[in-house]
Amino acid sequence: MTVTQQNDQDMAEALCERVRQAHRDKTPLKIVGGDTKAFYGHGVEGETLSTLEHRGIRYYDPVELIVSVRAGTPLTELEAALDAEGQMLGFEPPHFGDTATVGGTIATGLSGPRRPWAGAARDFVLGTRVMTCEGKELRFGGEVMKNVAGYDLSRLMTGAQGTLGLITEVSLKVLPKPGARHSLRLEMPLQEALEKLAEWGRQPLPLTAAAWHEGSLYLRLEGGPSSVAATRERLGGDDLDDTFWLELREQRLTFFSGDDSRPLWRLSLPNHTPELPLEGDTFYDWAGAQRWLRSSASVDAIRDVATRAGGHATCYTPCEEGGSIEPFTPLAPVVAKYHRNLKAELDPHGIFNPGRLYAEF
Amino acid sequence: MNILYDARLDGELPDNDKQQVLATLSQALPGMTLLHREEDLRPFECDGLSAYRVLPMLVALPDTLDQVETLLKTCHSLGVPVVTRGAGTGLSGGALPLEQGVLLVMSRFKQILEVDPEARIARVQPGVRNLAISEAAAPYGLYYAPDPSSQIACSIGGNVAENAGGVHCLKYGLTVHNVLEVEVITIEGDRMTLGSEAFDSPGFDLLALFTGSEGMLGVVTEVTVKLLPKPETAKVLMASFDDVEKAGKAVGDIIAAGIIPGGLEMMDKLAIQAAEDFVKAGYPTDAEAILLCELDGVEADVDDDCDTVRRVLEATGATEIRQARDDAERAKFWAGRKNAFPAVGRMSPDYYCMDGTIPRRELPRVLKGIAALSEESGLPVANVFHAGDGNMHPLILFDANKPGELELAEEVGGKILELCVEAGGSITGEHGVGREKINQMCAQFQPDEITAFHAVKAAFDKHGLLNPGKNIPTLQRCAEFGAMHVHNNELPFPELPRF
Ligand SMILES: Cc1cc2nc3c(=O)[nH]c(=O)nc-3n(C[C@H](O)[C@H](O)[C@H](O)COP(=O)(O)OP(=O)(O)OC[C@H]3O[C@@H](n4cnc5c(N)ncnc54)[C@H](O)[C@@H]3O)c2cc1C
Repeated sequence: MTVTQQNDQDMAEALCERVRQAHRDKTPLKIVGGDTKAFYGHGVEGETLSTLEHRGIRYYDPVELIVSVRAGTPLTELEAALDAEGQMLGFEPPHFGDTATVGGTIATGLSGPRRPWAGAARDFVLGTRVMTCEGKELRFGGEVMKNVAGYDLSRLMTGAQGTLGLITEVSLKVLPKPGARHSLRLEMPLQEALEKLAEWGRQPLPLTAAAWHEGSLYLRLEGGPSSVAATRERLGGDDLDDTFWLELREQRLTFFSGDDSRPLWRLSLPNHTPELPLEGDTFYDWAGAQRWLRSSASVDAIRDVATRAGGHATCYTPCEEGGSIEPFTPLAPVVAKYHRNLKAELDPHGIFNPGRLYAEF
Repeated sequence: MNILYDARLDGELPDNDKQQVLATLSQALPGMTLLHREEDLRPFECDGLSAYRVLPMLVALPDTLDQVETLLKTCHSLGVPVVTRGAGTGLSGGALPLEQGVLLVMSRFKQILEVDPEARIARVQPGVRNLAISEAAAPYGLYYAPDPSSQIACSIGGNVAENAGGVHCLKYGLTVHNVLEVEVITIEGDRMTLGSEAFDSPGFDLLALFTGSEGMLGVVTEVTVKLLPKPETAKVLMASFDDVEKAGKAVGDIIAAGIIPGGLEMMDKLAIQAAEDFVKAGYPTDAEAILLCELDGVEADVDDDCDTVRRVLEATGATEIRQARDDAERAKFWAGRKNAFPAVGRMSPDYYCMDGTIPRRELPRVLKGIAALSEESGLPVANVFHAGDGNMHPLILFDANKPGELELAEEVGGKILELCVEAGGSITGEHGVGREKINQMCAQFQPDEITAFHAVKAAFDKHGLLNPGKNIPTLQRCAEFGAMHVHNNELPFPELPRF
């Protein structure tokens, strides 16, 4: 089945030509979709290559649980098409703006509150079409649930932020929307909340989101009507409007939008990490595995604490606005070596988003 | 087809003198077990694809990671190819040795290093058996989700290398969805941690790239997996059909009803009969096909879902629907499915297991195609599927002692895989390409795609010393193989010389 929209079009040919030209001239390209995630990573010096015109849902079969979408397709359009069939993107991607595209969503690989329970963007990627630096559109993975032929280049591209190739199309696994949902808020101190979350994590509870901030534990239950009702009964608490999770995902809660001028950090941590000795205000998401931190502590101090805890820290505030000059945690030297090797093999002239992830490539 | 290494099509391998390599390695690694006598090498000559056997030059059985590192560095500097082996249950010849290569056997790394019930993870050495992880986690009410049918024997290192799946992967994912972190050593002896105990890591997703890379990019030396809470309950429905197509349609209808079963498996008549003869699972031997649908989760939801699935099955024309009364019967229903391969093995001197995937809607068409190929060749084919995710395992029955039958079975197998590719699917869903499907890679991928794969390989193993001849064919091989398969009158790889 296809879901056609008036302005759907396949611009692969034109994109090919642009990339080929850039490769010939060795001129870097700055790949841009809806330009909603420019803050995420270094600014790129290069000619803008827009994916916006290469758009449309090329294939959607609700029974197969698979959708294939051109990179420039607005994320809202994809979500609406899935919603009409009672389905959704399991990883609940943040949009960070009305114009977010599917290509940018996969290239950044960000996931929302449901991530610890359902999986991340990369977990739902079944295939990609990728344009190489030579302007050839290649196909990896595909419209099947399982495929282990060849290396998993689709997942390698996910989160690589366009530094290894231009994603022109993605095939995603989609999920049926849960039959029932209920969100609630419990008064609970942090320590107790973290312990409870660890305990619940070992039980088959229908939890699909868990956040904590300033004495409140926020939970979302999703699943069959019976289990959601039973768990609601068991946990009690106050009803919470479901839009809370949308506001959290889009960083529109006051924690994010207030006039706090301290840089915003994202800490990604192992399950069951205790409260960390970090100065500032922390908002706990992903049952504590993703923490948002407003802090004026030094970059080194934040990274040091996150790394010691077995995780890493990403700065969401652009450097010009007082954030870290290195948005992402530096790689171990030996890991960096293989990153450079991959970049050199797949994009020898460095035309794709040079420096976006790390200055050295 | 002869699947043994062919220098003309797979590239020249360095020709090292066995005695010299043995001497150098013995000197560099005095404490490590290094087998070199023919009778000691014999047990390692094949993996689960036992029709193909090659004696390796040497077999290394290290006990420590330092030994693995030194071994790899030494082989790298000598230019000796290395093939890694886990438990040797692979079905695509991925661990098939090379005459000119060292077989690095990881089976002594058997320790479960840590089970952390609070963080819900287990950290294990690569030689740990898949099932052993769930056993170690069981006291905490946790388990490791991917459950290949070979789970009592296969190693977690091999699972990572193959991105192994199991009967529960539609709902709980493949290995790639359940591994958090791996430690690897590259052929140059670089040790790296990929992924982390957190849900993501900075940089490229090398963890995903290594998962399913078939021992071509590095050796997996430690694995940290996610553990899941055991579902409160699991119930199994078994539905019989008088027509395979109806069973195929029921699969789609269950999913269209918004249900993701914990497992959704299908077997055809021949497979049903074989399994019933072998384990007495209580299968209806007169049915053309059965579906096993497992629903798991919280008790109340599972009951609701059972009702829904029952209605769907009735509507699609199931002739009989049975629900396992208790855990014992549930285990029996599954025993038939999990033992389907050995069960078929009892019916025939040999069988050849295929692993294609297709979009589910193509199931009826592909089944017809398989039936036609079976009839044409005279070789019976039994079908077992991970139907929920479109992963088919046609089992081709043959007798290797009859001249020409092995070749015929391979030919039928190859055609089945091409049928899958034509239907929009893949030549392998979980068993990997290995050596076995090296030619079919040329049917699934274009030369430029193959070139991109070689580029990835070169980033980790410039000289192609890890598992040469596996997973990714050379363009020369595709040119020769492709010449036999002209699609749509287009000659594939026109730019390459013909041999
Ligand atoms: C009866 C039977 C049923 C099966 N059912 C299933 C099933 O349901 N699902 C499924 O997915 N598979 C199944 N398999 C296939 C097989 O068990 C899996 O592929 C398994 O993951 C292989 O693990 P192993 O330890 O035996 O690996 P091996 O066979 O030893 O090796 C497989 C590949 O992995 C590489 N490798 C092994 N260890 C390492 C390491 N430490 N580092 C780097 N590379 C390594 C090897 O080089 C080789 O390429 C089945 C096999 C049998 C015999």
